[in-house]
Amino acid sequence: MNWSWMLPPSFSTVSGDIDGIYYVILWITGITFVITEALLFYFIFKYRHKEGRKAAYDHGSTKMEIAWTMVPLVIVLWIGFVSKGVWDTVKVDVPPAGLEIIVTGKQFEWNVTYPGPDGALGTSDDFETLNELHAPVDEAVVITLRSEDVLHSFFLPEMRIKQDAVPGQDITVWFEAVQPGDYTIGCAELCGIGHTTMGGTLTIYSAADFQAWSSSQAQQQQP
Amino acid sequence: MSMTEQEMVHATEGGHHDHHELPFIRKYIFSTDHKMIAKQFMFVSLFFLVIGGLLAAMMRWQLGYPGEPMPGGMMLPDAMMAPTPNGAIMLPEFYNSLVTMHGTIMIFFAIMPLLVGLFGNLLIPLQIGAEDMAFPRLNMISFWLAVPAGILMLASFAVEGGAAGSGWTSYAPLSASGEWTGVYLGQQLWLTSLTILGFSSLVGAVNYITTVINMRAPGMTWFRMPLATWALFITAILILLAIPVLAGALIMLLFDQTLGTGFFRPDVGGEPLLWQHLFWFFGHPEVYILILPAMGIASEVLSNRARKPIFGYHSMVMAIIGIGFLGWIVWGHHMFMSGMNPLLGTSFMISTMAIAVPSAIKTFNWLATIWKGDLHLDSPMLYALAFVSMFIIGGLSGIFMASTPVDIYIHDTYFIVAHIHYVLFGGSLFAIFAGITFWFPKMFGRMMNETLNKVHFGITIVLYNMVFWPMHNLGVQGMMRRIYDFTQYEYLAPLQPMNRFISISVFLLVAAQVVYAFNFFWSIFRGEKASNNPWESNTLEWTVPSPPPHGNFPEMPVVYRGPYEYSSPESETDFYPQTKPPSKPPVQDLIPEPVTPTPEGF
Repeated sequence: MNWSWMLPPSFSTVSGDIDGIYYVILWITGITFVITEALLFYFIFKYRHKEGRKAAYDHGSTKMEIAWTMVPLVIVLWIGFVSKGVWDTVKVDVPPAGLEIIVTGKQFEWNVTYPGPDGALGTSDDFETLNELHAPVDEAVVITLRSEDVLHSFFLPEMRIKQDAVPGQDITVWFEAVQPGDYTIGCAELCGIGHTTMGGTLTIYSAADFQAWSSSQAQQQQP
Repeated sequence: MSMTEQEMVHATEGGHHDHHELPFIRKYIFSTDHKMIAKQFMFVSLFFLVIGGLLAAMMRWQLGYPGEPMPGGMMLPDAMMAPTPNGAIMLPEFYNSLVTMHGTIMIFFAIMPLLVGLFGNLLIPLQIGAEDMAFPRLNMISFWLAVPAGILMLASFAVEGGAAGSGWTSYAPLSASGEWTGVYLGQQLWLTSLTILGFSSLVGAVNYITTVINMRAPGMTWFRMPLATWALFITAILILLAIPVLAGALIMLLFDQTLGTGFFRPDVGGEPLLWQHLFWFFGHPEVYILILPAMGIASEVLSNRARKPIFGYHSMVMAIIGIGFLGWIVWGHHMFMSGMNPLLGTSFMISTMAIAVPSAIKTFNWLATIWKGDLHLDSPMLYALAFVSMFIIGGLSGIFMASTPVDIYIHDTYFIVAHIHYVLFGGSLFAIFAGITFWFPKMFGRMMNETLNKVHFGITIVLYNMVFWPMHNLGVQGMMRRIYDFTQYEYLAPLQPMNRFISISVFLLVAAQVVYAFNFFWSIFRGEKASNNPWESNTLEWTVPSPPPHGNFPEMPVVYRGPYEYSSPESETDFYPQTKPPSKPPVQDLIPEPVTPTPEGF
């Protein structure tokens, strides 16, 4: 059994920052947890009822109230500001695309559409893969995420990417992998009876390997 | 007796109450007595708590032993279980129904009616010195609307297609048409049931608000109100404003299901995210509806059992009100990954971070309340301390999800399952155990058995943490929630032992509740007789007999001081009831306003 609070390894350009904020919050909440629980148990032990003990007649302290209002406020707002930068990088500021693809979720599969040799989507040389996403390393993969039926959630755990696919909306998602290999595609939003089977594989190639894979696919799928 | 006559009696005779015996059906079934209605809510919600627990246990069977025959599964119909020679294996559609109905039943039919229906009804009139609710018959209607809602919800298991299976959040378009799930009637019953229950909550809320504003006894100023009543009052306001939004959304979704409208269906021009906005605009205040009364209960018990004034009474009240306001502008934090404009995500993150502050204030004040106290560690206190301890964990784990980038990874994983259970089970349910144990003598005139309660507490707190603590770790490993068979994913397969560990702990945790159930029923009939004030408390409910008679107060109580004057130097004992006239010449501001009752109230 893995009781660890360490995140599993991640392999995208932004995942280090995401994991970093996770660890910052883990430290802050961890320290707060230990201090508050320790105080609680210490007080329970120290002030447990004994004959002759009389409780202090004390209604509070404005100084203490101000302290434990301001300190948490400053800490959580600081976490908020740090988070905003990373959030903007992942979800707002989409970099120039190295590869543009369309991912469409439907009960219960992921369809991926690639631009083909002409490098443009929506042309006759586009080709598709089912439950497989192939992409080159060190290139920004910019995805137009769609759904044909209900909500799905496009989840690449190792890339620290998650985005709901919403029918009727085109949502832009991007990631840039830093290491070739096979990774997971999952669906993280309950989407019906077969939700549990809606997984797939993300394969990251070196630039040359991706080129080779891409042209062989384009040829195979030519009508 | 018409309403106005009753008000006249209340106003002119103050403590007047009827002694004549009511017929059985008026006393126990269609009762207008707030204390009886509180008990009715309690029995029905405890029944639903058991149902919700059993649903969870079945769900955990599938997660602990994926695809293995479930013990006793042959007794369930083929629509739920697939029979094999070795036993019956759970079907994924039934698993989805379990996920949905466990959440729905626990939130709407167990925790909410226990906190609001039981404690709201029981405590508000007694703690402010009123003879009953402002609208006793509306109160009765509130309960008798909840009953058919509960029956419809349970009946949905028996209809064709099974119970609703799109999660307790019922995200559209999955929930908007049976074509996606195979559930038609079940989802419609779910929607109808919650709409009816919404009306029940609404009339209850109107009643609570009116009662607190109009029917406080002489001297019961706003800042002499016990924190439980404060919390229930703010909760009632949240209910009043939030439920209509839910009801509207439910009815729109019901129209999508049955009349072919397309409010939430993009294929006919609707917008799926509208459902999420409406649902969470209700749903986030709902989260506070489910925790504020628990905070109030814990505050009562902690101060009483520590024999010490609550630390920072005014900031406790302000924190409740602050949560009540901020609770309206944080709903988008459920929707960071929904496709909502990511710039909005940042605004909702900041407001969400801000709402952590009043929760922190309350936690520190509880800690300071027991600091230098004289702690009587009997069972209500143990449950209340567990509430504080578990709420700390649930509050801190919330910060992870509030941070938008971290939420990208842990959203919709077991991390959020752990978080909500630390707040709703570790928080709310432990406070409910504290509250039921603490006010049991007032409700039934008898004490609960202390030894059995301590046994129950010890087993429950340990098993509870064995169940929900490791769910954080599952979430950190990336295990999604609401997933029928996680072993389908290669990277999740190694989590099988931990899932089995959690499942076994759940089975034991559910079984251990038999101890509380036995103690509860045994004590109703055989418990040690309780005095009027077994906890030596200051608040008004303890000045009247246990259980209080119809009409509550033989004489109109007069309130001289705040509710938490424990260990006051002015009193020879370590408590100082709110109604006890000052022994020393009173300080000017302690004299209650001279009140001449008028038909308009006080």
